[in-house]
Amino acid sequence: METLEEICFRIKTALPAARVEIIPNASPCGQRSLLLGREQGLAVATFLRDDPQLRLDYCSNVTGVDWLEPSLPQGFVQSPSSAGLKKEAGEGLGESGTGCLEAVYHLFSMAHKNGPVVLRLRTENRLAAVRLPSLTPVWRSCEFQEREIFDLFGIVFDGHPDLRRLLMWEGFQGFPMRRDYLVADDFECEPTPHGDVPKRMSPRQGCAEVIQKTATADPRV
Amino acid sequence: MEVTDQELKIDLQKQGVLMTSLNELYNWGRKNSVWPLQFGLACCAIEMIAASMARYDLARFGAEVFRPSPRQADLMIVAGTVTKKMAPQVVRLYNQMAEPKYVIAMGACAISGGPFKQGYNVLKGIDRYLPVDVHIPGCPPRPEALLHAFMTLQNKIASQPLTGPARPRHLRAGAPSEFSVPQCGPHGLVPPSNPAVWRPPTAAQAG
Repeated sequence: METLEEICFRIKTALPAARVEIIPNASPCGQRSLLLGREQGLAVATFLRDDPQLRLDYCSNVTGVDWLEPSLPQGFVQSPSSAGLKKEAGEGLGESGTGCLEAVYHLFSMAHKNGPVVLRLRTENRLAAVRLPSLTPVWRSCEFQEREIFDLFGIVFDGHPDLRRLLMWEGFQGFPMRRDYLVADDFECEPTPHGDVPKRMSPRQGCAEVIQKTATADPRV
Repeated sequence: MEVTDQELKIDLQKQGVLMTSLNELYNWGRKNSVWPLQFGLACCAIEMIAASMARYDLARFGAEVFRPSPRQADLMIVAGTVTKKMAPQVVRLYNQMAEPKYVIAMGACAISGGPFKQGYNVLKGIDRYLPVDVHIPGCPPRPEALLHAFMTLQNKIASQPLTGPARPRHLRAGAPSEFSVPQCGPHGLVPPSNPAVWRPPTAAQAG
């Protein structure tokens, strides 16, 4: 199988307008990935599938990542920084432009029996601009997984044939896998025999407002 | 039945005379033909299936006939995690069962939400919406635990009087046999619990 540099070079040769970048991975597995630009994401995906030397014809997994802090490894999303790490849940809301949502695709080639190649697509920010091109027209297996990402992370996939909630019910507000999501009826809101539980509840008093904010920021509500 | 009657009955049984009451006969028949509703929600259902198979042999208790229709079932074994999306359907299935009907909440998830209690999508115990007769802890409970729950339920059925104020729900004309089905709201189930069935525990301060 070609190295990631060769794949990256060939994408740039075939599609000069495409933005492609290799994301390094410092973890022990060291598996690097390709960060694609949003605009040419669909064209690059089609190229990866149809190129006779790559033939990445199988998308085994799609998942989402919520980058809450502006501590992105490297990418197109410019981080304003200086905000510092947001430790308290819910504080990351409101500052648009910090962080982004990401969809990660794992591709294999059934024809050449190799893989994986990992693709990443990042939204502009976490609140208003959360649109990405859907890769379901390229790999049919992305359909339910992109629906799941829409359901839990709130990424809106343009070109998806049937973008509805998958795991949560219709009418549910908020995106539970976002890192600043707070559960509405937290179990600690009930009195229990443990005395310290109501004390731990107190910093979460702003729970209702945060959920209100999330609801209004939802582009589809 | 009076104590003296019990002793007289045992004496007579030693002589080969069987005495019983209508109440006992009725409950004896009921407790040995409890047909469960055939549905499972998560991994506890695998243990429920194991309990119905040859090694644990739920048929010994007359409960091997898992019915695929709520109209033919007497017992709902809530075997597994009840998600908030699934809870209205579970309550609706219970409402469709004919009286007398019983509920066993099987496993940590069904009795309290279990490991998912702090999550966003799991109901924190089916007893918030349904009158549960037997709770089984465990994750998942072994088939022996389910058999024990069955025997507990059988004892409960056998001890139910047919008359008087303590008679079971299906013999009281005014008692409800249906419970309100919760709706999926914007953040969770509405209402979060049925106050006729469940009330939040009051905080007991250790003295």
